[in-house]
Amino acid sequence: MEIFDIFLLEAVVNGILLGGLLALLSLGLNLIFGVIDVVWICYAELIMIGMYAVFMLHTQQGWPLLAAMPAGIAIVAALGAALHQFVIRPVLAAEPINQLLVTGGMLFLLQAAATLAFGIDFRNLGVRMQPILVGEMSISAPRVIAFVAALAGVGATWLLLSRTFIGTAIRAISQDRAIMPLMGVNPDRVFVITSALGGALAGLGACLLVLQYDIHPAIGLSFGPITFLICVLGGLGNLLGGLVAAFIFAQFISVGGFFFHLEWGYVIAFAFFIAVMFWRPQGILGGK
Amino acid sequence: MKPLAWIGVAALAAVPLTGIGNYPLHLIIMCLLWAYVYTSWSIMGRLGLVSLGHGAFLGIGAYTVVMLWNHYGFSPWLGAPLAVLLSLAAALLIGLPCFRFRIVGHYFALVTLALSEVTRLVIVALRDHTGGSLGATPNTALAQGNTWSLDALQFSDKRVWFYVILAFWLAGLWIWARLDRSMTRLALDAITHEEDAAASVGINVTRSKLFVTLVSAGMTSVGGVLYAQYQLYINPETVSGIGISLQMVFGAIAGGMFVMLGPTVGAVFTLLLQEGLRLALGDAFKQFPALDLAIYGLMLVLFIIYMPKGILGAALEWRARRRATPAAAPG
Amino acid sequence: MLAVSNLSAGYGSFQALFGVSLEVRAGESVAVLGPNGAGKTTLLRAISKLIDASAGEITMEGARLNEVPAHEVIGRGIAHVPENRRLFPRLTVEENLRMGAFSSRKKFPERLKFVYGLFPRMEERCGQLAGTLSGGEQQMCAIARALMSGPKLLLLDEPSAGLAPVVVQSIFALVKRICAEGFTVLIVEQNVQQVLKVVDRAYLLETGRIKSSGDAAALAASSELKRAYLGL
Repeated sequence: MEIFDIFLLEAVVNGILLGGLLALLSLGLNLIFGVIDVVWICYAELIMIGMYAVFMLHTQQGWPLLAAMPAGIAIVAALGAALHQFVIRPVLAAEPINQLLVTGGMLFLLQAAATLAFGIDFRNLGVRMQPILVGEMSISAPRVIAFVAALAGVGATWLLLSRTFIGTAIRAISQDRAIMPLMGVNPDRVFVITSALGGALAGLGACLLVLQYDIHPAIGLSFGPITFLICVLGGLGNLLGGLVAAFIFAQFISVGGFFFHLEWGYVIAFAFFIAVMFWRPQGILGGK
Repeated sequence: MKPLAWIGVAALAAVPLTGIGNYPLHLIIMCLLWAYVYTSWSIMGRLGLVSLGHGAFLGIGAYTVVMLWNHYGFSPWLGAPLAVLLSLAAALLIGLPCFRFRIVGHYFALVTLALSEVTRLVIVALRDHTGGSLGATPNTALAQGNTWSLDALQFSDKRVWFYVILAFWLAGLWIWARLDRSMTRLALDAITHEEDAAASVGINVTRSKLFVTLVSAGMTSVGGVLYAQYQLYINPETVSGIGISLQMVFGAIAGGMFVMLGPTVGAVFTLLLQEGLRLALGDAFKQFPALDLAIYGLMLVLFIIYMPKGILGAALEWRARRRATPAAAPG
Repeated sequence: MLAVSNLSAGYGSFQALFGVSLEVRAGESVAVLGPNGAGKTTLLRAISKLIDASAGEITMEGARLNEVPAHEVIGRGIAHVPENRRLFPRLTVEENLRMGAFSSRKKFPERLKFVYGLFPRMEERCGQLAGTLSGGEQQMCAIARALMSGPKLLLLDEPSAGLAPVVVQSIFALVKRICAEGFTVLIVEQNVQQVLKVVDRAYLLETGRIKSSGDAAALAASSELKRAYLGL
């Protein structure tokens, strides 16, 4: 194959790998929106906190990565539950706009807290892995790990939602919140559990991102907006739509970034998004 | 109330004549500039059209004018209308699909948020022309002892800027009041809450929303032009992206986005907060550059939970209640 | 079993019930009849604690319910089939039934068997989304869902509303079977003639007050009822 084609193919493969990761990120946000009807503008900042948690536990406390990562997931899950309990719950009955903005305030707060605690330096976990060679292509090992783990996370979430009582309750509450008490379900509790689950997914995302990227307080901004666009493109609250949209977007970013600068990949993805908004504003898989 | 307002404006206009120092004057100018921008935002925001993307319009305004001047020698007098047109195009592109298909609330906020980030990315991506994250400075037209250039819209005398920005702030308030009066209360409420009801009494909801959005975007874009020409330095982070977009929202909400002077109060409040923190914390402030941001974030959260109508909104409500109580008590 | 005394309740400043008292004994089936807006639904909502009583007392088997949070009422043996059925439309029939057993998960398999035995139609439709069922099947599913919690007392809010006359017949036959199975039933209805054939006793509710009560057969013959509801 021509060198150019190999690189292009690599970009496509990388796009698929990135798609798995974006799918995981959008799943948590989508789940929370679908169930609680609130968008966590600070979702990517929770991921940033998770990345720092794994980094600090591993490099400062000397925990092995395989212990630091579950701890990181637990920390972000607890953070998600706390976010709901102390920030979202007081405004749950207020205008939807207030719920949105209150998480916008949390974005500021978390970013600034991370800057205060960890400084503005770029940190790196320093994990080095041999690239995986497939024919003439070389694929980064952390990306493959991230892809597999992200899909496993998506699969586990799907099993939880479809097979368990609490999972069924999580899906049911988004369809009819008012009658949940008649089923013996305490809606407040389901909301907190959902928030913790969304946090755990963000924590898993953090574990996978920290393998590939440098950490800094503003890193949330590099994938927060893209996650929002994916959720809107897939139809807010539509889990399956979000997954499909994640893979489409990842291709635009990866292949677009291959031909131009990485920023242009994002810009092209956004342009595509706007075009879809004109064509199918309810999202690609949304019904009428 | 009317004469009182005139006296207030006159007093404000007299401030530069008192021989006030350059730094306090600068603060007042920044107050007025942000008051104008927050007012522009709240024209939309109070109708429930919460945009988290006004950084896009600010950025388009600032960068269009500076780039046209630096690279093509276009005067800001020509650049500014082009900047506004560009912002209107962006607003139309976002607003049309959203409003035509009645996408409001969360969707609109997320889409606009992405718009502001994409604007920032475009500015960074065009680093060969814009200077990327390092920012850009308009080529100076004030060489050889010139203190002002009307053609380049550059004035070294802050007093000139004071009056220019004062005029824009007053114009912003006038537009706010005009819109408030031209739309009946019914229409406003209808757009905000009851779309179907609005449509049934013959209000074209899509067109009304789009109109308000275009007005707001255009005004914000002018704010970007003013910012660039006054500060003579722009940076993708300070005029576009999520940070500045949320700051506008915070300012408007802190002051009270449902009353005309609310955003202005919010601008004064945020600036006092910032300066106050700087004075109070002194060296610690330099050591912890994010402390003000942390306090901003915390206050935004607290405001929305405990005082969603903002400082001025809550104060007016409190006064109205206090007036109502003694009147009711004797009866 | 259930005793309501001097119950007042409403929504905000609007009061819908004024000092209502009634009683349901174990094994009995009781109807509350009344026109639209009489406060029938409010009564059931107050019993299952979806709204708070402003005055009066509700007791279930002697235990006061007033302070019990809504989601714990089902644990006291009260299941409520709400107005308009309120199934989860995008869950399957079986998932809806699973929600019904949320408070007693361990008994889910055994109750599912019992409910499928009672309603074979539900077993046929178990994988279908509840929103795609016909009106009568939806009502059946809603009742089945309530039975999944193994209640002592079943509250039924207008099971016949919005259904075709033929289907109404079968729904009332179903209610009769449930009574025969030994469940205690409190049913709220506008369809006076049909429901009086099913229940033992009935109360007449008008503008939030109990107007009269008595034996189903006696009430069916009473002039007051005829005047109020049949326009005779």
